[in-house]
Amino acid sequence: MRVAVPQFWGSNCDQDALHSLRDDLGVQASYVWYEETSLASFDGVFIPGGFSYGDYLRCGAIAARAPVMDAIRDMAQAGAPILGVCNGFQILCEAGLLPGALLRNESQRFNCRDVFVRAAQQDSLWTRGIEGVLRLPIAHMDGRYVCDAETLRELRAEHRIAYVYCTREGRLDPTANPNGSLLNVAGILNVKGNVLGMMPHPERATRKSFGYEDGLRVLSAFTRANIAV
Amino acid sequence: MPSVRVFVTLKPSLLDSAGRTVADALQKLGFDEVQGVRMGKLIVLDLDRFEESQVRSMCEKLLANPVIEDYRFEVDE
Repeated sequence: MRVAVPQFWGSNCDQDALHSLRDDLGVQASYVWYEETSLASFDGVFIPGGFSYGDYLRCGAIAARAPVMDAIRDMAQAGAPILGVCNGFQILCEAGLLPGALLRNESQRFNCRDVFVRAAQQDSLWTRGIEGVLRLPIAHMDGRYVCDAETLRELRAEHRIAYVYCTREGRLDPTANPNGSLLNVAGILNVKGNVLGMMPHPERATRKSFGYEDGLRVLSAFTRANIAV
Repeated sequence: MPSVRVFVTLKPSLLDSAGRTVADALQKLGFDEVQGVRMGKLIVLDLDRFEESQVRSMCEKLLANPVIEDYRFEVDE
């Protein structure tokens, strides 16, 4: 498994992404500049968080139209595992690879703390075997997931809500929702189930010395994908 | 040189949390006639020629996100 970590002007979780993959998960990973048009030497993609293009216009809007996104679109079509975290999630939505959009947090505040999430189902590449509650950090201003009623029906019917914010005990409760997302949505999947966008940062929770390593369980889909996809 | 003013606003069905904060602030200043505030963006395009279909295409490809936003534009020839 060779994972590409695309870098845009203003990406700032790119090193976390690369090192979590290389040093903690043990897969090959390399940076890819946003102008790259081919990702032929890669098997997966991790679009990192940050503030690409200063969040100008809309979060992720400019990055979503960068040349490298065409190559990522081709890989998504081919079924390769693709993860977008935080700004990476916003970019995937803006690029149309995931439905819906991420709006300003209901609180109007930048929210930087740990949250609890759990897999809403366990039958996708990105959620298989993920039982129980995960503790992961969030750090975002625009994480309120919205979509229209029709899309929401599809997401639910097709089990494409991957992760939801919950209490420490795993209860789906509005008080556990850090940003006002519809139905406590923390992460969603595309139709094929190979593209995951999520606001929490699994790449920041990959070592005991960080205080937690629940993020590794999410990232391990990259190693499972060798067999699964 | 034609100038086009593009107005981008959040769809009415979506909570505009920035607008709500501004509405609260106006009410706290005593403007009790304020019932609601919606925030949006004004984007001014300086063009060397104006074609409606081109500006529409700019809005749909980049300036507005149809999932969450509406847009309209005005032209000063």
